[in-house]
Amino acid sequence: MISYFANFWIGKLSIHQVPTNPITVGGIIIMVGLPLLIAAFLTYKKKWRWLYREWLTTMDAKKIGIMYIIVAFLMLLRGGSDAALIRVQQATSVGSSHGIISSSTFQQVFSAHGTIMIFFVAMGFMFGIINLILPVMLGSRDVAFPFMNSVSFWLFFGGMILVNLSLIIGQFSNAGWLAYPPLSELRYNPGVGIDYWIWSLQIAGIGSLMSGINFIVTILKHRCQGMTLMRMPMFAWSVLGSMSLVVFAFPILTVTLALLALDRTIGTHFFTAGGGGNMMMYVNLIWAWGHPEVYILVLPAFGIFSEVVSTFSQKRLFGYTSMVLAIWAIVLLSFTVWLHHFFTMGAGSNVNAFFGIMTMIIAVPTGVKLFNWIFTMYQGRIRLKNPMYWFLGFVVIFTIGGMAGVLMAIPPVDFQLHNSLFLVAHFHMMIVGGVLFGFFSGLLYWLPKILGFRLNERLGRYAFWCWIVGFLMAFVPLYILGMMGATRRLDHYQTSTGWHPLFVVAGIGVIIIAAGVAFQILQIIYSLITRHKLKDTTGDPWNGRTLEWSIPSPMPFYNFAILPTVNSRDPWWAKKYPKEEPGLQITNKEQPIYQDIVLPKNSSMGMLIAGFAFLFGFGAVWHIIWLVIAGLIGVIVSIIIRSTKEDTDYIIPAKEVERLDKQYRLEQGVQS
Amino acid sequence: MSKLPLTINHDENKLKLSSYITGFGLSILFTISAYLLVINHAASRTVLIGLVIVFAICQFISQSFLFLHLGQENKPRWRLTIFAFMLGVVIIIVFGSLWIMHNLKYRMTIPQEIRYMKSQDNL
Ligand code: HEM
Ligand SMILES: [Cu+2]
Repeated sequence: MISYFANFWIGKLSIHQVPTNPITVGGIIIMVGLPLLIAAFLTYKKKWRWLYREWLTTMDAKKIGIMYIIVAFLMLLRGGSDAALIRVQQATSVGSSHGIISSSTFQQVFSAHGTIMIFFVAMGFMFGIINLILPVMLGSRDVAFPFMNSVSFWLFFGGMILVNLSLIIGQFSNAGWLAYPPLSELRYNPGVGIDYWIWSLQIAGIGSLMSGINFIVTILKHRCQGMTLMRMPMFAWSVLGSMSLVVFAFPILTVTLALLALDRTIGTHFFTAGGGGNMMMYVNLIWAWGHPEVYILVLPAFGIFSEVVSTFSQKRLFGYTSMVLAIWAIVLLSFTVWLHHFFTMGAGSNVNAFFGIMTMIIAVPTGVKLFNWIFTMYQGRIRLKNPMYWFLGFVVIFTIGGMAGVLMAIPPVDFQLHNSLFLVAHFHMMIVGGVLFGFFSGLLYWLPKILGFRLNERLGRYAFWCWIVGFLMAFVPLYILGMMGATRRLDHYQTSTGWHPLFVVAGIGVIIIAAGVAFQILQIIYSLITRHKLKDTTGDPWNGRTLEWSIPSPMPFYNFAILPTVNSRDPWWAKKYPKEEPGLQITNKEQPIYQDIVLPKNSSMGMLIAGFAFLFGFGAVWHIIWLVIAGLIGVIVSIIIRSTKEDTDYIIPAKEVERLDKQYRLEQGVQS
Repeated sequence: MSKLPLTINHDENKLKLSSYITGFGLSILFTISAYLLVINHAASRTVLIGLVIVFAICQFISQSFLFLHLGQENKPRWRLTIFAFMLGVVIIIVFGSLWIMHNLKYRMTIPQEIRYMKSQDNL
């Protein structure tokens, strides 16, 4: 009876779930200590109210973007620590030595590393940057659905908390970042690790899906006057492509995870070997989402590079139309290649050949884009600022990684390389060298617009060189190791394999990358201290081309006092250099006419809805039924309450807009 | 951002209401007919499966037009475009998966499958 009640109230929770392993405990101390320190600081400074009013309840896409980026950066540190742990383990666990962590901990570490890096670092940076800059680029004041945007962010946050909570209570998945059955089925994995994985992705994934819808509608419906589709900045096109993939691919993930969850909780047999299930269906479905996912990540990075390259070459983007076509070719082809992740599963040669060829074809539009960027630089007046460094690093690394991908697209070759470290090197070159470098480049490029000051160039260069040297040292050896037969996810190997020296080199590479990250943190802190010297006084520090550079930095909360009208692709450039692009002007020359601005009011409902979703997730992980039900009801009731609310907007009267605008412009010296 | 228009076009509203009601009726009709046919074993197995599929397609078409109002919007027809794109993706994934999974079934036995899946996790 007692145990029945205990079961009802706390499900599978028990005191034994608290970890004792020293490395885990150290991680927990940092992860709990840091927020506690911040909380103490906020209390001391009496800043809670400010935090709540200005940030947590905000509907302003720019602020939501910044919150995404902060979370993503913290997660980069967490995922990076996991990576360091993997590298240390593999550099030391050879022959008679067994390294620093047990193999069961090791499995959790690499699973957490992959999950966190993809879902909470790469996706977080991506949504953060889109939120920051997309509405402004389109000449709009906000995204289409500001409230939904806030819900998306908080769901992302809830999923993030759930992943990290697994370190403290219970354990994390040990089945890799995609949790293939049968290992992820109840029979082989009765603990809560897989459930943590499922529910954190499920919660964050719903948020991503809503963001996808939000940005598509923003692009289609919220462009300023005169901005036809073919006049959109390339970043907007890339986001449109990427978000279309989100909208069509994420439901597959949601369903697949739901089926796995049903298998684990109510005993269905979708992916079990017995009972008519088929675990290979899981692999098929998860990659039908998974391959589009990698392009979801990389397309926005492509968009960022398109903007960066043309700005810093001071030249129009080469081959605009072919870029747009390439994006859509990638979007469509992304859905036709997923089998290349399981060539070795046993399909016949027809099937493998078909998907192999499709995979090679997808490299063509990607190559088109690379050449277009290079031609944009050709005969441009290039300025080598920080964002440009990351672009050049990207060109080198992404090309190497891409060629490795095309090699593995040949099925017989893939039979050799599949699941080896060669594959690991390929996708890190794509995701770090492509996606992460893109986001770094974009942040360095756009942060002056957000913060009002540029970042220190010299420290940025140090960070870049550490990253690139460290990265090559950490991943080029993996190509060689892969060809020597080292498989991925090894926690131990024999000396006779001859792999040890290369693993040590890779380990040293990670130390150098860590130095790069340290320089990045230093760069931010140092720039913050010397911000007066680095102040952006013009609103246009890079001699930019697109609309965001036409307004003061930091951006006013309403973005544009008067919504712009454009009639060319690079409207701000056209306004600055009318001789180069005659007849193109950004706004009318007459006296500005200010109008009332309608903006959404703050709301704490986003936080509340995601809070309930989090409780639901936690309950589902630990089989606490009342919490599952309460969370679900909470979500539904909050949504109903919010939808019946009528006055969700407030108005800034024209007079006030005029006053604010003049004040901003006076401070900045930007001409109207 | 501008406010939503406060005036509602009443004609359009009525039109939509009637289409929702028709759609609702048709949905129930298609569902119940399929259910009753199967429950009463009204025909042979193959015929029944065929009928259920036909009803499902009717259901899909009627809902697309009566609930989602496909093709009834003004230019640019974003909804139609996105719907077409969705159909394309669904067709690729459904038929692609069928092709892949049948091909596997033909070539691999269950023990082989299990061995393969275990090798994926480096166990
Ligand atoms: C140039 C086009 C590309 C080609 C031809 C290509 C090809 C491949 C192939 C054949 C595999 C499967 C290898 C195996 O499992 O044996 C693979 C895996 C992978 N690729 Fe690519 N790829 C390309 C672009 C990208 C991009 C742009 C990204 C990410 C932004 C990416 C991320 C990945 C990831 C994450 C995996 C493996 C994940 C895992 O198994 O855990 N690839 N790629
Ligand atoms: Cu792929």
